[in-house]
Amino acid sequence: MADVILKKIYVKVWRQNNVRAKGRFETYEVENISQGSSFLEMLDILNDKLIREGKDPIAFDHDCREGICGTCSLYVNGRAHGPDRDITTCQLHMRKFNEGETITIEPWRAGAFPVIKDLMVDRTAFEKIQQAGGFVSVNTGGVPDGNAIPIGYEDAEEAMDAAACIGCGACVATCKNSSAMLFVAAKVSQLAKLPQGKVEGKRRAKAMVAKMDELGFGGCTNTGACELECPKGISISHIARLNREYLKAKFSD
Amino acid sequence: MSKGSFLNASVGRKFLMSITGLFLIMFLLVHMSINLLLIFDDSGDLFNIAAHFMATNPFIKIIEPVLALGFAIHILWSIIITIQNMRARPVKYLKSNQAVNSTWASRNMFILGAMLFVYIGIHLYNFWWKMKFAGDPLLEHITVMQAGVPVEMENAYALVATLFKESVIYDIVYIIGGVLLGLHVSHGFWSAFQTIGFNNHIWRKRLFVLAQVIGAIFAIGFSVIPLYFLIKF
Repeated sequence: MADVILKKIYVKVWRQNNVRAKGRFETYEVENISQGSSFLEMLDILNDKLIREGKDPIAFDHDCREGICGTCSLYVNGRAHGPDRDITTCQLHMRKFNEGETITIEPWRAGAFPVIKDLMVDRTAFEKIQQAGGFVSVNTGGVPDGNAIPIGYEDAEEAMDAAACIGCGACVATCKNSSAMLFVAAKVSQLAKLPQGKVEGKRRAKAMVAKMDELGFGGCTNTGACELECPKGISISHIARLNREYLKAKFSD
Repeated sequence: MSKGSFLNASVGRKFLMSITGLFLIMFLLVHMSINLLLIFDDSGDLFNIAAHFMATNPFIKIIEPVLALGFAIHILWSIIITIQNMRARPVKYLKSNQAVNSTWASRNMFILGAMLFVYIGIHLYNFWWKMKFAGDPLLEHITVMQAGVPVEMENAYALVATLFKESVIYDIVYIIGGVLLGLHVSHGFWSAFQTIGFNNHIWRKRLFVLAQVIGAIFAIGFSVIPLYFLIKF
């Protein structure tokens, strides 16, 4: 495929100096961007230009750039991880954009995810939810022999699907209520289906939901937006399981 | 179980919304079935007999305050939940393209609910208030033959039919009310099951389709009555 060059695009980006500072939008011109380049490469080129001009480059989170680490974020043209399905921002390519287009880039917006600088947000809240119960603390012994603990195919698949969560926060960012239910559901679900995790199932669901509420995330209204914007396509069926686990735990108290 | 913490937790609040919502849907199914008698018998006898039965049945007398409580909880908790959810995002997005990832009804349940609240106010004033308290000359008692026995009852049919025959504006208000209700239920029904945990990747599609069907039944079932009077009379 012949490489198409976007001669000029405009990038409207959120600039904020620190947590306390008041932010603002600024628009930059970017020239000669290959449609084959990634979205983050385009930002690298823009930052290179800003540095040469003696300006402050745009701060944004990124690490592995292959869609597995969950570090990159960005709300691009009104969508978490940009206009594509089942990808992180680092997997977004410039072929999704047109010549002369103004691309709006905002940080994740949620009270529980304060902006540190520009497009970087503090996602420590997710760590805190995990620390509240997203682990197995019972003694599960040494490595069991293969097939010594039989786990049904469906159960194994569902647990693995939930475990695909990379904790990027797109669910919170896209949810109209800034709810973290998909994240919490994935973390509860990946353990609830397995024998090692079942033991602490009740305590886990209660503790993680309580922590989520305490940190100021909103409630789930089942719009299903999170599932469609999740780079790993985690199903909201897991949210039903979380609700089930939580209600069972509460009613058996 | 500590009730306080449960009803203050996000999942607990939503649980109340779901239970009350499903209860209200059951009520609406009964309500709509009786209403539909309005268009199947222009003499009004069928509707009057049904209305008389509902007004005098002891079971209905018991369920009435429960229904009022259901409405009150559903409405009050929706306000609490909505305020809490709005607080979770202090800085809004400049550009948000939610149309690609969720249905309009699912994103606007509170607005739909608020409009339905206004509609219910109008509706209660039109009929319920007059039948129960204020009275109306149209309600003057009539005698209807019920299983061969003459029974004296309020002419509820006259009150309803006259409003729909005489006022185009009320016809339109009631048609819009029916459509709003249909939209509200098209999300609310399956969402309620999701919240109480009765859902998985198989049931999800079924419940979603069922919610659309029930929503459509409500929208058509309630709107067709004023539409019938608007066209026929």
